Amino acid sequence: MNLERYAERVLDTARRHGATDAEVSVEARVSALTRFANSEIHQSVAEDTVRVGLRYVHGRRYGMAATGRLDDAAIESLVERASANARSTAESHDWPGLPEPGPIPEVTGAYAASTGETTAERRVETVRDVVAAADAAGVAAFGSFSTGAVTTAVISTRGVRAVQARSDAWLVTVHMSPGGGTGYAETCAVDVADVDGVALGREAAGKARADDHAVVLAPGEYPVVLEEYAVVDLLAKLGRCGFNALAAQEGQSFAAPGLRMASDLVTVWDDGTDPAGLPTAFDHEGVGKERVSLIDRGRCVGLVHDTRTAARAGIRSTGHALPAPNPVGPLPTNMFMAPGASSREELVGRLDRGLLVTRFYYTNPVNPKRGIVTGVTRDGVFLVEHGEIVSPVRDLRFSESYLDVLRGVSAVGKERKTLRGWYGGVSVLGDITVPAVLVDGFRFSG
Amino acid sequence: MEPHGTPTGAMREITDRALDTAASAGADYADVRVVRRVEESVTVRTGRVESIASDESQGVGVRVFAYGAWGFAATHRYDADAIDRAADEAVRLAKGAAPSLRHRVSLAERPRAYGTYATPVREDPFALPLEVKVADLLDADAALAVPGVVSTASTYAAQREWKTFAATDGSLTEQVFTHVGAGIEAHAVKGSEHQRRSYPEARGGRWQQAGYEFIRELDLKGNAARCGEEAVALLSAPPCPEGPATVVIDPSQLYLQIHESCGHATELDRVFGAEASYAGTSFLTADLLDSRFRYGSDLVTLVADATVPGGPGSFGWDDEGVAAQRTTLVENGILTGYLTSRDTAPRIGRESGGTVRAESWNRLPLVRMTNVNLVPVPGMSLQDIVADTDDGLYLTQNRSWSIDDRRWNFQFGTEIAYEIKGGRLGRILKNPVYSGITPEFWRSCDAVADERSYVMYGNPNCAKGLPPQCVQVGHGTSGARFRGVRMGAGR
Repeated sequence: MNLERYAERVLDTARRHGATDAEVSVEARVSALTRFANSEIHQSVAEDTVRVGLRYVHGRRYGMAATGRLDDAAIESLVERASANARSTAESHDWPGLPEPGPIPEVTGAYAASTGETTAERRVETVRDVVAAADAAGVAAFGSFSTGAVTTAVISTRGVRAVQARSDAWLVTVHMSPGGGTGYAETCAVDVADVDGVALGREAAGKARADDHAVVLAPGEYPVVLEEYAVVDLLAKLGRCGFNALAAQEGQSFAAPGLRMASDLVTVWDDGTDPAGLPTAFDHEGVGKERVSLIDRGRCVGLVHDTRTAARAGIRSTGHALPAPNPVGPLPTNMFMAPGASSREELVGRLDRGLLVTRFYYTNPVNPKRGIVTGVTRDGVFLVEHGEIVSPVRDLRFSESYLDVLRGVSAVGKERKTLRGWYGGVSVLGDITVPAVLVDGFRFSG
Repeated sequence: MEPHGTPTGAMREITDRALDTAASAGADYADVRVVRRVEESVTVRTGRVESIASDESQGVGVRVFAYGAWGFAATHRYDADAIDRAADEAVRLAKGAAPSLRHRVSLAERPRAYGTYATPVREDPFALPLEVKVADLLDADAALAVPGVVSTASTYAAQREWKTFAATDGSLTEQVFTHVGAGIEAHAVKGSEHQRRSYPEARGGRWQQAGYEFIRELDLKGNAARCGEEAVALLSAPPCPEGPATVVIDPSQLYLQIHESCGHATELDRVFGAEASYAGTSFLTADLLDSRFRYGSDLVTLVADATVPGGPGSFGWDDEGVAAQRTTLVENGILTGYLTSRDTAPRIGRESGGTVRAESWNRLPLVRMTNVNLVPVPGMSLQDIVADTDDGLYLTQNRSWSIDDRRWNFQFGTEIAYEIKGGRLGRILKNPVYSGITPEFWRSCDAVADERSYVMYGNPNCAKGLPPQCVQVGHGTSGARFRGVRMGAGR
C-alpha cells in the first residue's frame, strides 16, 4: 500500500469533517525476532503492524486519534474520534499550531533491503554462530536477534510531506559460565550484513569465562573504566532527564545552556543524519532532524525540542518529537559522544587500583534534577591493579550522580560502538554511539 | 467475576482458518487470538488540557507447536491470505528453531477451555461523555495548584479489549476486559531541589479492572490539595536519616516491592533462563522449592490470584486457555510455588498455574504476574502497627526503583517519609531511600496489617520479553512493618 496516498485520504476526510488543520502519520513495520536461551532457540516471532495517527485541529482546539487498521471504515472512525476529542477541549491559547514545512535533510544509509528481507533461516544461522562460540568456551548463550524494516510518512494540511524507509538489525547476547561468570555483547546496524554473530559470541564468551568465581569487593569509591555498554546508559538517562526541553521548561532538568556539567573531554550531540548511527531524517511531526550540540567540551550548550517546547522558547523545533500523545517531551534519539585518543588497553592501563565495568542494569533516576541514578553492574566487573586485571568482582549497586561521573572523565576511548542498551527493544528511543571512558571516581554502595 | 456463558463464535471464520492452515502446515498444536483493543486518554498539565487521544488496534496472533518447537506470527489484517501467511510463517519459524533444541518441550495438560468472561462494569467509561471526564480531571488538577507548586500533571485513561481464543483441541473463549486508571501529581522546585507528591500513584495513576465508578471512588480532587501542600513542604523538610531503621511501608509503596522482589522472582520462565539476556533470571532457583526455602517471616504469605473481582490481572482464562486460579507462592514464609505456563510447569512436576498473557494480538504470550498479593494477617490494623512502633519511619508512595537481574539486591525511594515517635506519626522527611536483599528483607517482616487497609494497586506498565510487551498486573496489600532496614543510598 502507498502510505502517502493513504495518508492523503485521511487528510481529505478530516477536511470534510471540518478540520481547519490536520496531520497524519503512518508507520508500517515488518519485523521478526529470534530469541535464544540455554543455547537453544526458545522463541521465534514475526509481526506485520501498522499505526496511523491523526492530529485533528479545529481553530485553537486539537485532538488525537490512532488506529491499527487500514480499511475504509477505519478512516471514518479515526477522523470522527479525533474530531470528537478536539471538540471536547477548551481553546488552547499556547497551542503553537502544526509545524510549517521545513527542510528535510538528505539522509543516506538509513535502509538496507537485505535487512527487511532477512529470512528466518538467516537469523537462525547468526544465532548458531553465537551459540557455537559459547559452546567452544563451555558457556551457555542467552540473547536475541531481531531484524525489521519500517516505512514512515508524515503529511499535513500545512504542507509537510515527509516519507522515509529505515531498517534495523539488533543482536544482543549474554553468555553464562558454569562458574557463575557472565559476559555481554551487543550491536545494532542498518544493514544485517554488519552483524557478526561469531565476533559477538566470542566477545561475550571471553568475558563470561573471565568473570568466573567473582569475589566480593567492599563498597566505596573507585576509579573506573566504563565500557561502551555502560556509557550508553549515562547518555540515555541524561538525555531523557536533562536534554529534554519539556523537563527543562518545567524546572525538572539539571541542564541549562552555559552550565559546566562534564569534563573538557566530554562532547555530546544528537544527529539523526549521521550514517555512523541508525539515521532518521525527520521526527514524528515531520520536522527535519537538526544536529543539536548538547555538551561541548564539558559545557551544556543545547536542548532538543518539539514544536510545542520550541514555541515556548521562541525558536523552531529541532525535530525531536515523539509520537503523540507524548507526555514525556522531546528526546534525543540519535546521540553521539566524541571519541578520544586512548585504546581500551590504555584506559585500563591507567588504573592503579580500580574497576573495569561492562555495563549497568535496571537503572532509574532517584533525583533527576541532580542526575542521581541508582542501578547495578552486570555481566562483568573486574578489579584492576597496576593496569592489569587481577580478579572478577561480584556485581555492585550504586546511587551516583551521572553528572559527577561525566565531570570525572579523565580519558576517552578512540573506538566507538553504536548501541541501544537497556532500551534496546524500544526502537522509538533510538540508538547511541559511544566510546569507553576512564572516570576518576565512581561510588558503589554495595 | 466467574467465567460463564456461551461464546458467540463471531470470530470463528478467522480462528478456524488460522488453526486449519497451521495444522495443514505441520503444527501438532496451534492456538490463535483475535484481539480488538480501544483506548482513550486525557492528560492535563498545569491547568490546561494537554491531550485527548484515542487509539484502536486489532489483529490476529497465531502460535504453533511444531517439530517440537514454538513459532508465532501476527498480522493486523483479517483477510484469508494474511491469516494463511501468518499461520504458515508461525510453522516455518518453529521448524527453523527445532534443530537448535537441546531439551524436549512438553506441555502440561489442561481441560478444553470454553466460555465467556467480562469485567464487571457499573459505569461504562467509553459511554460517558468526554466532557465529564475532562472536567473531573481539570477540577482535580486545579486543586493541586497550591502556592509553591510549579507544575502539575493529571491523567485518566481507559482500555477495553475483546479477545477470542481458540485452539486445535476445540477450545474457544471470548473475553472482554475493561481497565481504567487515573492519578494526579504536584511538583515543587527550589534551586536544585525537586519534590513530587502524587495520588494515588504517579506514572499514569492507579488502575483497576472496572468502570468509571472506580475513578469517582478515587476522589482525586479531595486528595489534591494535600499532594500540593506536601510537595511544597518537602522542599524545606529535613532529609531522611540514613542507617538501620524500623519502617512501616504503606500499600502505595509495598505493592511495588511485591512486584519487583516476589512477582518477577517467581516467574518460572525467568528461573529457567528464558529472560536472561533482557529482564534477567531469578535467585529463586527451582531446587529451592523442594528444600522449602525460607523467603520471608512466618507472617508472609503471597498468592497469585487471577480470580479477584476487579483485579487488574484477573481474567477467565489465560492466553493458553488455562482457567484463572489462585496459586500460593509463599506460605507462612516458605517458598511453595511459581508463576507457570504449560511448557514450564512440567519441569517442576506441576500443572500450569494459568499465568500466561500477551500484551496484545502481535505478541507471544509469556509467563506474567496476575494479581500477586500479600495476604493480610488478622489482628492489627495499619494504624495499630504504627501505634505499636516506638521509633521508626512510615514510607509512602513510590518515587524510584531498581533491582538486579536476579531480583536479589534492590533499592527503592519513596516520595515522603513520616517520622514515627512513640507510636505516632510526626514530621515529614524528604528523599527517603531504602535498600536490601530480598529474602533478608522479607524475613525482617514482623507485622502485616489486617484487611482494613487492604488495597489493590495495579501496574499497567509491567514490561517483559522481546519485543517488549506490557500487561496489566495487580498487587493487593494492606501494608507491613520491617525491622533493621537499611535507609539511605550510601552516597
